[in-house]
Amino acid sequence: MALQSLDIAKRSATTTESPQARKTLEVAKLIDVSKCIGCKACQVACMQWNDLRDEVGTCAGTYDNPRDMTDQSWTVMRYAEVETEERGLEWLIRKDGCMHCEDPGCLKACPAPGAIIKYANGIVDFHQENCIGCGYCVSGCPFNVPRISQKDSKAYKCTLCSDRVAVGLEPACVKVCPTGSISFGSKVDMQELAAERVTELKERGFKNAGLYDPAGVGGTHVMYVLNHADKPALYSGLPADPTIAPTVTLWKSVAKPLAMAGMAAAALGGLFHYVMKGPNEVSKEIEAEVERELEGEK
Amino acid sequence: MQLSRRQFFKVAAGGLTGSSLVAMGFSPTAALAEVRTFKLARSTETRNTCPYCSVGCGIIMYSLGDKAKNAHAEIFHIEGDPDHPVNRGSLCPKGAGLLDFVHSKNRLKYPEVREPGTKEWKRISWDEAFTRIAKLVKEDRDANFIAKNADGVTVNRWLTTGFLAASASSNEAGYITHKVVRSLGMLAFDNQARV
Repeated sequence: MALQSLDIAKRSATTTESPQARKTLEVAKLIDVSKCIGCKACQVACMQWNDLRDEVGTCAGTYDNPRDMTDQSWTVMRYAEVETEERGLEWLIRKDGCMHCEDPGCLKACPAPGAIIKYANGIVDFHQENCIGCGYCVSGCPFNVPRISQKDSKAYKCTLCSDRVAVGLEPACVKVCPTGSISFGSKVDMQELAAERVTELKERGFKNAGLYDPAGVGGTHVMYVLNHADKPALYSGLPADPTIAPTVTLWKSVAKPLAMAGMAAAALGGLFHYVMKGPNEVSKEIEAEVERELEGEK
Repeated sequence: MQLSRRQFFKVAAGGLTGSSLVAMGFSPTAALAEVRTFKLARSTETRNTCPYCSVGCGIIMYSLGDKAKNAHAEIFHIEGDPDHPVNRGSLCPKGAGLLDFVHSKNRLKYPEVREPGTKEWKRISWDEAFTRIAKLVKEDRDANFIAKNADGVTVNRWLTTGFLAASASSNEAGYITHKVVRSLGMLAFDNQARV
């Protein structure tokens, strides 16, 4: 594994164990939605760093532009105007993108070996050269993040700037953020930073403020500080309790091992049959008889 | 295709062996995964100031090559300067997109003039531009400078020309710009020194 720049924790469609001995620092990005002004500097920095340029979109009456994530827009700001009982009309802005789950649904669903990698530091990365474009990662993702490119039919999403993190830098969106709404560091530090901010928000009257680090996917390496953590759906449909779809779990955790056991049993059965009974041989007499019958038919 | 019973078994056994090997992890693809190579590794870093607004954020421009004689520099990435006291690495969306501003087809790269009565912009040299500006400034000032107002009070003002100076200038540059413009008696004036 001489070429690796980061230790691999999990690899799609691979049953061999990844090396586990080294313990690298677990990183996380914390997005404090209460500090975000929706300037979209993160969107621009993401495109600049990753050499992406989306098409110029059209205005649909909101600030959402582009209106959804694409293969060229790995992160988008989502603007929600909601009315809450406590505070009346509120403008809730959320930076949407890959959450880098501890238990990634995309990786679980992916049938292409090595197309999706989870690094030991927590980053979930897509390797387009191994991607077969089947789109299973899209249905496997509880946050609806991966997008299939129209150009090359391969899946793309936020890499948490794995190339920057690998050399010890912060992701591009984190660096650029002018209000300090996005932070990056070790996961433990980010949880502590979030706890401090949550206390502050509670003092300021957001009694339901909290950290969004959903346990249903084993926690995430992109976390949110929400001022309404009791209702994540207010933030343009952030799922309250995201889990990997039961069909993916059923297929990969039940059906696939059963099928593998079935294949092994068939192979073993075949071997035993060969050893015990041997090949099915036809005696000379029967062969001659059959040939006579065939000639008779003609 | 005609398959005998025996051939069918052979094909089935071959398929089963192949898929079992893959399922057991003996995959033919190399088990390597590497992140995208860090694109700034040996590029040349040049410090500058964002040209947009008067906040004057520090930026670092990354260009191809190491300034060797035969290497032609080309800016391929720009991001905030973490050591700059104003922005400490951060940028606004306009500053973050500066690379496309540098490479824009519409970028103005040399002085142009549209003389009275024409529709066309004409390219001129910097010398021609400075001479033209100085000549017109003097003409206008000579014609419209007000030394004393109606009450005979000395005012020394010149109201018919305005001056828009650089936004991202240092204290010293701002001081000099201010001196020059105010010495001429000009009142309509905006630059970094306003902030």
